[in-house]
Amino acid sequence: MELPLFRHNRPDRPVTFEEYREEGGFEALRKALSGMSPAEVQQAVIDSGLRGRGGAGFPTGKKWSFVPRELPGPRWLICNCDEMEPGTYKDRVLLEHNPYSLIEGMTLACYALGVRHAFVFIRKGYEKAAENLGRGIAQAKKAGLLGEKILGSEHSIDLDLHLSAGRYICGEETALINALEGRRPNPRQKPPFPAVKGLWGGPTVVNNVETLANIPAIIANGPGWFKGLALNPEGAGSKLFSVSGSVAHRVCVELPMGTPLGEIIDGPCGGMLGGRTFKACIPGGASTQFLTAEHLKLPMDFDTVAKAGSRLGSGGIIVFDQGHCLVEATLNLITFFARESCGWCTPCREGLPFVKEILQRIEAGRGEEADLGILREHIRYLNYSFCALAPGAMAPLEGLLRDFEDEVREHIVKKRCPLKA
Amino acid sequence: MIPETLKNSLKARIAAAITAREAAVDVMKELQAHYGWLTDEAVEEAALLLGLSPLQVEELATFYEMIYRRPVGKKVIHVCDSISCWCAGCDGIIQHLKDRLGVGLGGTTADGMFTLIPCCCMGMCGDSPAMSVGGTPYGKLTPELVDRILEKERRQG
Repeated sequence: MELPLFRHNRPDRPVTFEEYREEGGFEALRKALSGMSPAEVQQAVIDSGLRGRGGAGFPTGKKWSFVPRELPGPRWLICNCDEMEPGTYKDRVLLEHNPYSLIEGMTLACYALGVRHAFVFIRKGYEKAAENLGRGIAQAKKAGLLGEKILGSEHSIDLDLHLSAGRYICGEETALINALEGRRPNPRQKPPFPAVKGLWGGPTVVNNVETLANIPAIIANGPGWFKGLALNPEGAGSKLFSVSGSVAHRVCVELPMGTPLGEIIDGPCGGMLGGRTFKACIPGGASTQFLTAEHLKLPMDFDTVAKAGSRLGSGGIIVFDQGHCLVEATLNLITFFARESCGWCTPCREGLPFVKEILQRIEAGRGEEADLGILREHIRYLNYSFCALAPGAMAPLEGLLRDFEDEVREHIVKKRCPLKA
Repeated sequence: MIPETLKNSLKARIAAAITAREAAVDVMKELQAHYGWLTDEAVEEAALLLGLSPLQVEELATFYEMIYRRPVGKKVIHVCDSISCWCAGCDGIIQHLKDRLGVGLGGTTADGMFTLIPCCCMGMCGDSPAMSVGGTPYGKLTPELVDRILEKERRQG
């Protein structure tokens, strides 16, 4: 079965506007505007089982349904393209090959939600993706698929780009809203949730690039078709996996939801790099727990990975081999989070550097047995932080202490890193 | 003082925004491109254009990774030290950059050409280790490739 997200891709260049249309592009928009009510579009998204592809996996249609229908004043849609989760590069690859699925998906989402004006929030460094989108928006406007009175209907939709200046926390949806408004991007208190009170105080939906790019195929082929793309009943649709670390080919691929972890590594990634042996991986970007060799047969979908004690997250798979010290890997991850903390709340601002220091000590062979308890305590304390950054940072640490406690202890007993000569 | 043409284009950008401060990041970027870094003068000018206080601009400027509130070299090198690049040996690449440039992290070369700054994930994990030089991304770095890139970037000025 043809998967929706990469099917228009050309190997060496972005698909053109004409090619996208010849291959059925913007037909979903035509279908929706000519024969579906906004509520029907929303229902199709609910029925499809589509869940947020940015990392949290929240059901997209349900998120849309939180927007109060009757509130007066403008409402907003924001596409989150602040892809800064280490190991995650799927949205960049998607947009560098094809900006049109996102444009069409956002237009459909605007129609379903009654949004007149939408934004794409793009991280620094994704200039090529932004350029593709800018060009695509201009082409769609010229063809009457965006802007005033789309396809001769009564619906007008504008799409603007916001180019950010680099900071991980901007991917948190309330921080993103502050950033877009030109305020310091600290996260906001929830509730009220953005669906009720978001951008400029209006109801706001924030969805990931991959999430929105799936909408045209759902509308064109129906929710049942989309659900059926997954390999297992728990999943729905396809998933982009961006793989890095110790694999032969570090690629971003679209696979049916529910594809087993080992098949991703042995299939499109060509197995492990240079005959190395798999030790563990982080399945969904930096803020997810390790999966180990016993999980290689695990179907990669939200529920199944959660049951196995980790998260599908963004689908950014980082593969470690037996030569990698996972204390040092976790230290690298915590260092990232400590640096990217916005400093707003104390547990995150003070806790992350403290955890980092302890891991540094253990890695340097100066750890003590009591450090294990201190680390575990902090996993608990950091859950009291204001937003999800610090709890996310604790996920790999929790995984380290759960799956590789022996390796941590070996550092302490031997007073050195056992993986360093 | 910024030239009148730049001032007018910034005013037009702000006028096109739904609220003025929504354009703050764009304005800071443009002023930084003009001055080479976001000078104290630029902060004042941005504040005036955006209808904010200088402190409000300052709290934005200090938040973003790509806004420089201190003088930097002509081209800033952002070298990724996140997990995928770590797997691919970024520690060695960063050491090589330090040695070649004769600076530590945060330092600027004696000729004022390069400033070396570590950065978080660039979304180039498939091509790690990665860095960007003056905004141009480079991946699959080796010490030899780094040397060639530095030479090319220096020659291009």
